[in-house]
Amino acid sequence: MKSLKELEEIRNRTLDSVGLRKDRSSGARVVVGMGTCGIASGARGILLSFIEEARVRNITDMTVVQTGCIGACRLEPMAEVFMPGSEKVTYVNLTSEKVRRIISEHIVNGKSVDEYTIGSSVGDTAKQGGI
Amino acid sequence: MDLYRSHVLICAGTGCTASGSLSIFDVINEEIAKNGIQKEIKVVKTGCFGLCEVGPIMIVYPEGAFYSRIKADDIPEIVSEHLVKGRVVKRLLYHDSIAQDDTIKSLNEVGFYKKQMRIALRNCGFIDPENIEEYIAVDGYSALGKVLSEMTPNEVIETIKASGLRGRGGAGFSTGVKWGFAAYAPGDIKYVCCNGDEGDPGAFMDRSILEGDPHSVLEAMAIAGYSIGSEQGYIYVRAEYPIAIKRLTIAIAQARQYGLLGKDIFGSGFNFDVELRLGAGAFVCGEETALMASIEGRRGEPRPRPPFPAIKGVFGEPTLLNNVETYVNIPSIILNGPEWFASIGTQKSHGTKVFALGGNINNTGLLEIPMGTTLREIVYDVGGGIPGDKKFKAAQTGGPSGGCIPAAHLDIPIDYESLESLGSMMGSGGMIVMDENTCMVDIARFFLDFTVDESCGKCPPCRIGTKRMLEILNRITEGKGKSGDLEKLQTLASTIKAASLCGLGQTAPNPVLSTLRYFKDEYEAHIDQKVCVAGTCKALLRFIIIPEKCKSCAICAKACPVDAISGERKKPYLIDQVKCIKCGVCLEKCPFDAIVKR
Repeated sequence: MKSLKELEEIRNRTLDSVGLRKDRSSGARVVVGMGTCGIASGARGILLSFIEEARVRNITDMTVVQTGCIGACRLEPMAEVFMPGSEKVTYVNLTSEKVRRIISEHIVNGKSVDEYTIGSSVGDTAKQGGI
Repeated sequence: MDLYRSHVLICAGTGCTASGSLSIFDVINEEIAKNGIQKEIKVVKTGCFGLCEVGPIMIVYPEGAFYSRIKADDIPEIVSEHLVKGRVVKRLLYHDSIAQDDTIKSLNEVGFYKKQMRIALRNCGFIDPENIEEYIAVDGYSALGKVLSEMTPNEVIETIKASGLRGRGGAGFSTGVKWGFAAYAPGDIKYVCCNGDEGDPGAFMDRSILEGDPHSVLEAMAIAGYSIGSEQGYIYVRAEYPIAIKRLTIAIAQARQYGLLGKDIFGSGFNFDVELRLGAGAFVCGEETALMASIEGRRGEPRPRPPFPAIKGVFGEPTLLNNVETYVNIPSIILNGPEWFASIGTQKSHGTKVFALGGNINNTGLLEIPMGTTLREIVYDVGGGIPGDKKFKAAQTGGPSGGCIPAAHLDIPIDYESLESLGSMMGSGGMIVMDENTCMVDIARFFLDFTVDESCGKCPPCRIGTKRMLEILNRITEGKGKSGDLEKLQTLASTIKAASLCGLGQTAPNPVLSTLRYFKDEYEAHIDQKVCVAGTCKALLRFIIIPEKCKSCAICAKACPVDAISGERKKPYLIDQVKCIKCGVCLEKCPFDAIVKR
């Protein structure tokens, strides 16, 4: 180690690796529906896309967790995005491309991608008021 | 470094390793591979989480789910339910980590952790101690970087002085002043030593730190080396701490590889290296002059002081010697400033103290509290109280050199001065809690038995004096105490304290003096009435059958291993006191509670 800069480089490279081990209240929280329906329609790939995209964009305070069936099985894969201080947004029929846009527009810039949300896809579940 | 959606931290300290955490580490990796999620989940072996009582412990993030007492058989369920499907297995969570509304509490809300403040243990249970990059990620080695690039040695020493840090090995001498002595001592060659010879029965603070965060010790020693002008450090650690030795060895090799030990660190021209010295486990080698003799390869025996180690230490050169816990505070003080550290704790004792809590307590384990926390908070909040709701009798601090604190002083704020005023001492941090069934004479006898074994034999007051005291205590607990014994104990104690060569002898009588101070009536009951109130001293016990309650069922007679109980039908049974070995089996077996212990 010949300079403080070298140390700083290692620290920046490794910070993500321990950042997860904290109780946190800040940062986005992504909940991927991984009931049988979700898994069958490719939720695991979506989950990995979220992680991969967060890594590429160097987002360190995002949490990705799984949950069971969100309720609208025909719209899977689904994910809910919770930003601190705002209502949750439920995204449906996800693909890796959609995930990339959600990360850049919603999680980085704070503006939800309305065309991917459950509200814009006509469905009976939305009328139940629970989602 | 790859990003993972979940981190599984498994405790690999000595406690959890002994209860099987390493095999759990293997099983969980197999299960994760079986489920094909190895790219999403990272499994890390860490140092001690502190709650050794409920080990093996595993924490899963981001949920912060605290699994306790896990077995290899539970792992497939945890992996398939929690890691694959995202459903926390509540059945296996630590009972206190589930809130009333059935959600998972954050760790800071769990009773054991709530009142704690972790400075010395900041990385224990948080990082992988065998991976230097994880240490760097949590600001590791940046204090060393700051010191070498921005501060003069004198500024470092003044910073440590201003923080008010005092030696955590027990005596509580100002660390900054000690560094100053070593820095100003004349000499070209100087040494920095770390005392990891943790010898108090029941104490495991230093071991846990060395196992869980070895790099912080190395970093602090390098800072000390820069401050006093030394290029060589020695860590003296017990050979009976194999995990600590392994992790230290790995840490030293990694630090050398990254250029954080060795020549020209951070391009500053400063050289520093560290070597391990393994001790064979003699208690006296925790004494500084004996420890240094042992580092040199000589017999571990103390020598008179002065000259103090700061003037004439290892190989006759000026030497700085600090305890493990003292060192690990240093990087935090450098990074956060001395005012921050001085703002924690009481007026004269700043910062935090690590304690190894044991004895009659629910949460046996490792804890760190700000100075000034009361004994009651430690026992009842952090420690979770006494098993079976028994009454608190006393807490022993400072090990064989310390004393006990009785229930009347439960509300004393813990710091160096308050403990000393009670006739005990901070010590290195062993804390043994005793309930009402503990005999204080027997406790004093236990500690003296330890010091008699561990006395190196160099000076007569310690070698012969402690032996005589032990003989008297043995007699008292066997029911052969005589009047005049207590006076004799007092005289011996004060002579040994005044005349012994080193700290071991000078403090050896403390457990006796402190129990005599608070529990003299127990000593007198042993001697005068031949009664052990707590019911511990076997020789003073009698098992008696109450005739009115005895139904002559003969269960006790059948259970007695030495056939000491006899009787006939319809008449109360009798215990032959000569044959009785006081094992207590009859009392346990009697269905009518007709047998009592007196």
